[in-house]
Amino acid sequence: MDALLDLLTKDSRLSVEDLAARLNLTAAEVQAKVAAWEADGTILGYQAVIDPEKTHSSGVTALIEVRLTPERGGGFDRLAERVAKFDQVKTCWLMSGGFDLAVVVEAGSLQEVARFVAEKLSTLGGVLSTVTHFQLKIYKQNGFLSTPAPDGLRLPITP
Amino acid sequence: MKPPTDPSNSMSSDIQSKIADRIQAIPRSGIREFFELVLNAGDVISLGVGEPDFATPWHIREAAIYSLEKGQTSYTSNLGLLELRKSIAKYVAQKFSVAYDPAKEVIVTVGVSEALDLAFRALLNPGEEVIYHEPCYVSYSPTIYMAHGVPVVVETQAEDDFALRASAVEKCITPKTKVIMLNFPTNPTGAVMDPKELQGIADLAIKHDLIVITDEIYSELLYDDRTHPSIAALPGMKERTILMHGFSKAFAMTGFRLGYACAPPALTEAMMKIHQYSMLCASITAQVAAVEALEHGAAPMEEMRKAYWRRRNLVVSKLNGAGLKTFQPGGAFYAFPDIRSTGMTSREFATRLLEEEKVAVVPGTAFGKAGEGFVRACYATAEDQLAIALERVAAFAQRHRG
Ligand SMILES: Cc1ncc(COP(=O)(O)O)c(C=O)c1O
Repeated sequence: MDALLDLLTKDSRLSVEDLAARLNLTAAEVQAKVAAWEADGTILGYQAVIDPEKTHSSGVTALIEVRLTPERGGGFDRLAERVAKFDQVKTCWLMSGGFDLAVVVEAGSLQEVARFVAEKLSTLGGVLSTVTHFQLKIYKQNGFLSTPAPDGLRLPITP
Repeated sequence: MKPPTDPSNSMSSDIQSKIADRIQAIPRSGIREFFELVLNAGDVISLGVGEPDFATPWHIREAAIYSLEKGQTSYTSNLGLLELRKSIAKYVAQKFSVAYDPAKEVIVTVGVSEALDLAFRALLNPGEEVIYHEPCYVSYSPTIYMAHGVPVVVETQAEDDFALRASAVEKCITPKTKVIMLNFPTNPTGAVMDPKELQGIADLAIKHDLIVITDEIYSELLYDDRTHPSIAALPGMKERTILMHGFSKAFAMTGFRLGYACAPPALTEAMMKIHQYSMLCASITAQVAAVEALEHGAAPMEEMRKAYWRRRNLVVSKLNGAGLKTFQPGGAFYAFPDIRSTGMTSREFATRLLEEEKVAVVPGTAFGKAGEGFVRACYATAEDQLAIALERVAAFAQRHRG
């Protein structure tokens, strides 16, 4: 991966000047590259990674396995894109293995997820079956541990 | 009979006199003195460390834990686990293009530190000379001295970005010279070696029939697509070179205390003679972890290298921006800024920076006289902390512009 993209993936809040200093680029070069990626959809967005336990949110997250009937011509794309359009759906992947779509859904309550599955997802033509798993606890997300390893274990001066 | 007295009082001066003269003669390390200052200063951002800020990659720690679960808690053969020596030989062949026989030419040691001690003790008769370059890692000179050798310094120059010139080495060669000691990339300067000069040093070693010891501990941590040939790979050199390497830096395994030396069978055997009686073998847990590191550690190492590269760029650009002239180091994780524009000595600079801005760097003089006018700033520190430290250094340099 491009070193600038790699760094933005780790910390997208760095200023243009800070990015440039770390990568031996000029600020103008950084700006031009980022603008091009934003324009062509390489960079889709920027987000904070939040630990929901700290925000005491009452929301629930579910992983839904979905089996689909593929369609002539389009395969899974048309249906998958349709599923992905729902606001509740945060992530939607086509998978190898025993099911076809892995769908991550966030909602206010268990009931809301149940309603989404029963009324929206299962009723779509082409959806053969669903299996819903609820998330209980997060240990790591997007590369961030919920309990980061302590630092400061090194001596302050060593040869 | 004398009446009993408080032993703690009456003995203390006597005890001092019991210590061997040679050991008493070794001065206290500059780095230890400074360490105490830093400890007393409280909450500082330290750029004074000589080790990675990353914990050992998890897959390596996990391999160590698994070996403990299985009960792998015994001694190993003196040379080290054969499996590890095979991995080392394979890795060294790939990385440096020198083939060593794992059965006879590889010895696993407790860090490069022990390998250095073994090599000097194995090679040096009293009074024989070792040429090494300063500023350098703090252990070389005392280790040579403790092996009854005579350390002979070649000072590298800021004008050359602290690279070593063969012509400077040649001037130091005498009939007593036995060994030339190299360390590139260098702690504390981050200097790398020009291949032409390296060939020049190889030519000298062959012409004067000298042994070369090369400490390759930072050889993975190279930037800007630089390649780093080891002197062991040059024609005619393998048979007169001890190649030392370890796991501390590139694999972030300092606390595992593991390294190795690759050398012709007779030299390996001589080092093994000392090692078997003084150390027996390196820790088996560390050895098992090291196999995992060599076989599967490339990707995590590359991630760490990239992080160091970004930090190097940041540090060098900010230090230069602050008016502290800093050359772009080709390797390791140290920047070596020229602080003479402040009119201070290295020691003053480091002490006052610590007091006024709570940032610790190491005075260049801790690494030899040639380090005067410079300080070592280690950039193996989290980027956010590094950025804060650099702002403070800039403010300090601004205030004290001479
Ligand atoms: C140049 C150099 N050689 C050797 C060592 C010691 O390495 P080890 O941890 O393998 O004993 C260090 C550690 O700082 C070093 O900088």
